[in-house]
Amino acid sequence: MMLVVVLFGLLVAFTSRWTVFEADSLRDNSANRRPLLEEQRIPRGRILASDGRTVLAESFATGSGSRRVFTRRYPEGTVFSHPIGYSFIDRGRAGLERSRNDALTGESSEFATILDEITSAGREGDEVRTTLDPGGTRAAIQALGGRKGAVVALEPDTGRVRVMVSLPQFDPNQVPEGFARLVRDSDAPLLNRATQSTYPPGSTMKVVTAVAAIDSGRYTPDSVVSGKSPKDISGVPLSNCCGEGTGNFGPLTLTQALTNSVNTVWAEVAEKLGRDTMVRYMKRFGFYEDPPLDYPDAQLAPSGVFNREGDLVDDGFDVGRVAIGQGGAEGQMRATPLQMAMVAGAVANRGKLMKPRLTERIVRQDGRIRERVEPEEASEVMKAETADRIKAMMAGVVSQGTATAAQLPGGVAGKTGTAEVEAGENNQVWFIALAPLERPRYAIAVTVERSQGQGGSVAAPIAKQVLQSLLRG
Amino acid sequence: MSPRARELFGLIPVSLLVTGGFTAVLITRTEDVNNVTITYGAIFLGCCLAAHLFIRARLPDADPYLFPLAALLAAFGLVMIYRIDEAKAGEQAVVFGLGLGLLVATVLFLRDHRPLERYRYTIALAGIALLLSPRLPGLGEQVNGAYLGVSLGPISFQPAEFGKLAIVIFLASYLEETREVLVRGRLPRVSLKHLGPLLVVWGAAMFMLVFIRDLGSSLMFFGAFLALLYVATARVSLTVAGFGMFAAGAWFFARTVGHVQDRVDVWLDPFDPARVDAEGYQIAQSLFAQADGGLFGQGFGQALLELPSGASILPAAETDLIYAIVVNELGLFGACALILTYLLFAARGFRTATLSSDGFSKLLATGLTAVFALQVFVIVGGVTRVIPLTGVTLPFISFGGSSLIANFVLLALLLILSDRARRDRGLLKGGVV
Repeated sequence: MMLVVVLFGLLVAFTSRWTVFEADSLRDNSANRRPLLEEQRIPRGRILASDGRTVLAESFATGSGSRRVFTRRYPEGTVFSHPIGYSFIDRGRAGLERSRNDALTGESSEFATILDEITSAGREGDEVRTTLDPGGTRAAIQALGGRKGAVVALEPDTGRVRVMVSLPQFDPNQVPEGFARLVRDSDAPLLNRATQSTYPPGSTMKVVTAVAAIDSGRYTPDSVVSGKSPKDISGVPLSNCCGEGTGNFGPLTLTQALTNSVNTVWAEVAEKLGRDTMVRYMKRFGFYEDPPLDYPDAQLAPSGVFNREGDLVDDGFDVGRVAIGQGGAEGQMRATPLQMAMVAGAVANRGKLMKPRLTERIVRQDGRIRERVEPEEASEVMKAETADRIKAMMAGVVSQGTATAAQLPGGVAGKTGTAEVEAGENNQVWFIALAPLERPRYAIAVTVERSQGQGGSVAAPIAKQVLQSLLRG
Repeated sequence: MSPRARELFGLIPVSLLVTGGFTAVLITRTEDVNNVTITYGAIFLGCCLAAHLFIRARLPDADPYLFPLAALLAAFGLVMIYRIDEAKAGEQAVVFGLGLGLLVATVLFLRDHRPLERYRYTIALAGIALLLSPRLPGLGEQVNGAYLGVSLGPISFQPAEFGKLAIVIFLASYLEETREVLVRGRLPRVSLKHLGPLLVVWGAAMFMLVFIRDLGSSLMFFGAFLALLYVATARVSLTVAGFGMFAAGAWFFARTVGHVQDRVDVWLDPFDPARVDAEGYQIAQSLFAQADGGLFGQGFGQALLELPSGASILPAAETDLIYAIVVNELGLFGACALILTYLLFAARGFRTATLSSDGFSKLLATGLTAVFALQVFVIVGGVTRVIPLTGVTLPFISFGGSSLIANFVLLALLLILSDRARRDRGLLKGGVV
């Protein structure tokens, strides 16, 4: 009898082991399909645009009784494909569907009680209200006009991402059937170019260099520098011929050097500042790590200087060429559109970089607010005076420099960029901007892949249209 | 309160469980309760009441808890099976009725268990034949790598379920006769005569392990044998030696015989990526189901059983893996309650053994109870990965006619034994037990 008690005790012990002590690791086991199957039985919460009316994702039921399962539907089709992502049982999840999965499935709610555990029936997902602006998003898609590229617009003082568009887009409703085709597509429609693609930022990087130069106290906007070309940078001659600023300049101020985007000036300034100072300011802007966005880690890429192996390096590179958004064999400057929008945002918010975010708030089915995402400061990049000076310099770029195509009532400050990808042929064109000049409400980054034109002629008009739409709304 | 009144009261929780359980399952299924639940509960309870009246008439002094405990388990099993597969629950209910009928028949036919002692060799032969029959060409069928079933025309049954009763009866009577020899043997002079029975049974267990391919039954029989040996001789050394032999044999075959080795490998690491969707699938899914249960379970009728395609996620959910579903739906607490119920049943069985006055009765009660308890251990232990998983039913609960009927015969034997033992005690003491 004692033996039976011992044996049965063993049974209880092992049952406890699986149900309690090792339950979590069993649930996380990749061979365990139960969590997925069970989530199918939960109506995921809706995802809404910032207006609270436009439904970006919703669930509908099929089957009945114990066979009742919920499937996702995306009423806006391709429009919000990248920020929202998708969630399907066979295809997994991406975008906000992934990063806000716990809320959308009603999990880890702080209001959960043991009573909920026992009854456990009728679990419902919470609703996610995003920061995304439908008008601005549509304007960006229209302005890109089918060209591959990305647009990110955010509110500098809150970090709210109002527009995140990456072209080509995909229709999340097609993901269950067309997944293989989407994965194979050479245009990589599933790739979020706004957060995952790192491009040479070209002359938009000069904003970072200018911040480093002025905030470190070594230069002022009125410092006079030599604009001669060519100039030896890291022992190799650099000229102004092939970028936007062309030709040989005489002595000029930093403001003038930014307005005309003079490569040799900024390369020389960066060499004088040194790699350490440049890297320090890049890191303050958020380079060298994934942006703190509420988005899946797997879909966020860091920006910075990459060596040939694709690893980030913070030493040994050609700082002069990095400072103008290019680089050399030891290290190539690359940045995501999101990162460049953050650069503009930090300038617009008087030096304070806010954490970018896609979620406004999370609301329970009964209407109670489960979580309100408050603005949060990521870092103090520069002094407020520095930011004001940089903004004034960038205003010059739009009023009389390379970006006159972006002019709007209320004023715009910006910086163009044109990085050669293939000699003389295709350019990665950029424009980063903030508007309006007094109390900027929006910061924006626009990039277009393999363009024949220049940042000022291609990217600046796109930014103008998006900003127009946002400022109107 | 008389023993029979206690038995009657014991049936009240059973009826509550049946009605409540069916209601819970139906609520989650159709969201409205119809009178089916009441009908099911009433029929089930009617059968139990009839059996109770019969016991009252023929075995007035039998243990009052055995029958309600068995009915409780059977009721629980019916609800679980109904929840998994309605059609199978219907079959199981019919078999339940048959089982009760066989219980009645056994008691009528076998007023007294002692004649069994006289036919021990006949019974032993029948038992061995039953155990071997699945291996016979034309009769046996292989299920999941083990030879367990026999099909005779449309009827297919698992003879091991009945074989186990025959073997226990034989061992009890055999050990009753030879215990003197076994007890007298002292270590310096232990001869083949003393160890003979031990070796024979050990050999039989190993034979089953390798040729019937059924570690579970092998462990069950040998464990029951050791329990009998201990009760017969009161010598721990023999029992320990026997256990050592079994362990050594099992270890040896696990290393040398391919299919035994496979089972052990699956047991040690079911999550190996090469196995988890093949041989390891069943045990892995069983553990996943239990992990989902947690402390309180998902609730009656809430467990996830099907893939979206309608295929079952848990293989053999209504037989081998029914315990995993119990854990999934009722959680650790429900599982503990279930194990406690089995423990109470075993306690009543062993109590019958201690009350019995003659050696054969003592041994028979011990053997029957031990084989019952070990069967629970083998299947629940398999499902919870205490030991390698083998296909044995969970007594009174799993779907399966042979198992349910054999266990009702086992219950009948225990009832006869306890009736006898308690009456003898009562007469000796001159009072009512």
